[in-house]
Amino acid sequence: MKAFTYERATTPAAAAAALARDPGAKLIAGGTNLLDLMKLQIETPTHLVDVNRLGLDRIEPMRGGLRIGALVRNTDLASDPRVRKDYAVLSRALLAGASGQLRNKATTAGNLLQRTRCPYFYDTTKPCNKRSPGAGCAAIGGFNRNLAIMGTSDQCIATHPSDMAVAMRVLDAQVEVVKADGAKRTIPIADFHTLPGSTPQIETTLARDEVITAVTLPAPLGGRHIYRKVRDRASYAFALISVAAVVQSDGRGRLAFGGLAHKPWRVEAGERLMPQGAQAVTDVVLRGANTTSQNAFKVALVERTVASVLSEARA
Amino acid sequence: MKVSLTVNGKPVSVTVDTRTTLLDTLREHLRLTGTKKGCDHGQCGACTVIAGGRRINSCLTLAVMHEGDTVTTIEGLGMPGQLHPMQAAFVKHDGFQCGYCTPGQICSAVATLDEIERGIPSHVSVDLDVKQSVTPAEIRERMSGNLCRCGAYSNIFDAIEEVAGAKA
Repeated sequence: MKAFTYERATTPAAAAAALARDPGAKLIAGGTNLLDLMKLQIETPTHLVDVNRLGLDRIEPMRGGLRIGALVRNTDLASDPRVRKDYAVLSRALLAGASGQLRNKATTAGNLLQRTRCPYFYDTTKPCNKRSPGAGCAAIGGFNRNLAIMGTSDQCIATHPSDMAVAMRVLDAQVEVVKADGAKRTIPIADFHTLPGSTPQIETTLARDEVITAVTLPAPLGGRHIYRKVRDRASYAFALISVAAVVQSDGRGRLAFGGLAHKPWRVEAGERLMPQGAQAVTDVVLRGANTTSQNAFKVALVERTVASVLSEARA
Repeated sequence: MKVSLTVNGKPVSVTVDTRTTLLDTLREHLRLTGTKKGCDHGQCGACTVIAGGRRINSCLTLAVMHEGDTVTTIEGLGMPGQLHPMQAAFVKHDGFQCGYCTPGQICSAVATLDEIERGIPSHVSVDLDVKQSVTPAEIRERMSGNLCRCGAYSNIFDAIEEVAGAKA
């Protein structure tokens, strides 16, 4: 690990100011992803700003919905009685991710900001445009069975690894951020994560000097909440694909997908076809898919998983 | 940087490089070598300790982030002659072969039963609205962050189930 200086921030604005002041600074919350990457020298901050003591660890009612502090741990969010009752898809997504130990540490904001698990991003002996812009992409033409099929570019086919973010996307959560001068703004989750394009090193629309203070959920949607994660082993593995679903009694609803793209993947025109069945939905959701010989199976897997989820919702 | 912690009930103060993980602090500075370094990347669970009442991977957190925290390691659960019930159950059921993952398995198992007791749900919990009971599926799912390369899983499971049964 490269050497770094360390401070404990006292307010979100002070944390943002530290980021603005020092281009080598990064925030650390749970640290479960950042420290892993620092040990591999994929991340090499020269200054760490510890945000764990900002008091942003509460879940509060807000405008008929919930305001989730940025530092609420994944375990606490999944266990909250209001989340379990009204936003079960979010509980289910969180519980499908990582291990008990990691969920105890990982935070809500950190989960949104975690980096891809593309094996070439992790392998510093291989070119990666996300790690070293302009270096090339070893994943395209490499071992890419678990990489993206939607929204890819000729620079990057990485996926966003989060389960939680997929549920946040289906719920239309919003991300509250603050700048060093105290100015606040709210970013809809749909606009928070970006596609790789020609800048795969940029993963969100968060500005350099912005700090996430909370994620808010709108009023409960009702309906059946399902999170179906398909993976190579039954626990403690990233998704091949995942489906977050909220299905109403008339068969209409919402669907968002993990494991397909550089961001949680949701196509509203596709989910409007839910009453017509999985094939109709999948044809629209996966329009423009860019598959490789290794990951083309994800197309059939999406259709079958949607069929299974819709069937479960009807049961 | 100076860090003050309470480890296994004793207040301790150490001066560490900012890069020092909690794991290395326990092993190299406090000489509590029961906690093991396996992968050092949060994938194997060998470094599991209980910090602030919760099991965590001590390899993926910095000592400086834990100023004022309370940490329990395998040594704090029990020592020869006064074993924690989970430690005794691992011995009874031969819940190990080489023993390297065992301290992490035991810390994780103790915390797992506590998490079920506190009503924290898991991926295999059928109903999120009711408190989970200790079932084989719950134990297996919740222990998935602790790997055992010797494959002692069935005996590890037997040990945890026995302690869970004794508590219930």
